[in-house]
Amino acid sequence: MTRAIALHLAVLALLFAAQFILPPYHHTNIARIMVLAVFAMGYNIAFGYTGLLSLGHALFFATGLYATGLGIELWGLPAAPALVLGLLAGGAIAAATGVLALRTGGVSFMIVTLMFAQAGYLTILYFGSYTRGDEGFVIARAARSLGPLDLSSDTPRYFAALILFALGLLANLALVRSRLGRAMVAMRENEERSRMLGYNPFKVKLTALVISGLYAGAAGAAYGVLFGYVGASFAAIQYSIMPLLYVLLGGAGTTLGPFLGALLMFYLIDLSSGVTTAHLFVVGAALLVLVLFAPKGILGWLRDRGAKWLP
Amino acid sequence: MLDLSAINAAYGNVQVLRGLSLTAKPGEVTCVMGRNGAGKTTMLRAIMGQVPVTAGSITLNGQPLHSLPAHEVPRHGIGYVPQGRRLFGELTVAQNIQIGLMTRQKGAKTRDAVLSLFPRLRERLSQRASTLSGGEQQMLAIARALCLEPSVLLLDEPTEGLQPSMITLIRDTLLTLKSTGVATILVEQRVDAVLSMADHIAFVTHGTVAETLQNTNLSSATPQFQKYVGV
Repeated sequence: MTRAIALHLAVLALLFAAQFILPPYHHTNIARIMVLAVFAMGYNIAFGYTGLLSLGHALFFATGLYATGLGIELWGLPAAPALVLGLLAGGAIAAATGVLALRTGGVSFMIVTLMFAQAGYLTILYFGSYTRGDEGFVIARAARSLGPLDLSSDTPRYFAALILFALGLLANLALVRSRLGRAMVAMRENEERSRMLGYNPFKVKLTALVISGLYAGAAGAAYGVLFGYVGASFAAIQYSIMPLLYVLLGGAGTTLGPFLGALLMFYLIDLSSGVTTAHLFVVGAALLVLVLFAPKGILGWLRDRGAKWLP
Repeated sequence: MLDLSAINAAYGNVQVLRGLSLTAKPGEVTCVMGRNGAGKTTMLRAIMGQVPVTAGSITLNGQPLHSLPAHEVPRHGIGYVPQGRRLFGELTVAQNIQIGLMTRQKGAKTRDAVLSLFPRLRERLSQRASTLSGGEQQMLAIARALCLEPSVLLLDEPTEGLQPSMITLIRDTLLTLKSTGVATILVEQRVDAVLSMADHIAFVTHGTVAETLQNTNLSSATPQFQKYVGV
């Protein structure tokens, strides 16, 4: 077993144990962090590994969230198929977005994806009779169960989030070690050089974006079922910037970076908001320090200083 | 056999290649010489599909290449070592080689064969490509191209800026490849390097091949070097 696999298994074991060690207050927090980390992992596949700086990921997350939420509320789907629907919807909307947006690159790609996300946000508001617009809707507690497991209660919710996180993390690890993962990195490093070696940039980038969308869709779907609320705010630009910040903080192009970033950012906001109402100032200052002293994020910084084996 | 037949190529409105014809046969090294701006690099880029061919044809064993998208060309077994190496500088030597291997799904056997040509790279597998010396970077650029197991190898001034021992190493490697049947097109400005490797020398001027010589009894005093290259 390599050091990298051992580290990932150790993180999962630690998260498993945390449920028994930490006070109950943290259980919901960490469950939320794990789900958001899956979202950030998806973002990292597009941005950290493939070099696609997207501002449209809120659309993929919200698509998963709404597909699952509306599936349950409007069509009466049980939670399991609704979750699968959310996952697939996230991938499908990413594919549709990618087919058009990947005809551009760099800043243009960023703007086009932002426009798609804004269009998605406005669509949610426009169809308010189904989505309940800005107000959103709550998924009934009775519908939030997988067989005998009530996912609205703390312990099953925590372990459901852990299972999702573990699957996402291990799949991510397998992806970056695969041929596709290496082609993605080549694309990030230099698209023209990759083409010279026989790689089709459009195909590689579209595949990466669809995988990224599947992650975001899965995270959105899980968020709806585990926390019971579906709202338009999840489609707003903040939810496109949030995974970017998580990834930058933890380390772009590292498998554990998104989780580390989500964990630190979540608790930084949580703790600083208990001290001052200007907690975003604290977050901003922390990000400034990071950009100045560790521009590759925490794990990127560690990788540059000897831990080259970090995937 | 790679055959360029009366090709034209342009960057926008600026036409660079004008009816250029050239042939590269298996087991032979064809050196291309000419002044700056003559069209040598554009010719290589046109073969690789990076510059659109507006007239004429490029075929590999009779199969047209000029209509293929750029990413398809290397999959037909054409390795390209561009000027300036163009490595993935942030990736390690091993990762650069891996990316080369994946194009045509080659494995450990090809990797070992390539590394046996450049033992120094084997010692630096975990080193970042951007931290290699110029000569080592050139070795890696050639190694990465060889990972495709190419039937045709294109090199754009591979000896530029290298110390003599590195030039000798690269020359020996190209001669080894030649003996295995690889067709090589080498764009080169150093007359001594050309004379030690070439089977044919094509002189390019104004976007076309003005003259081709067999490399028999040639020397640096051959007037064509002065006429077309200015040395």
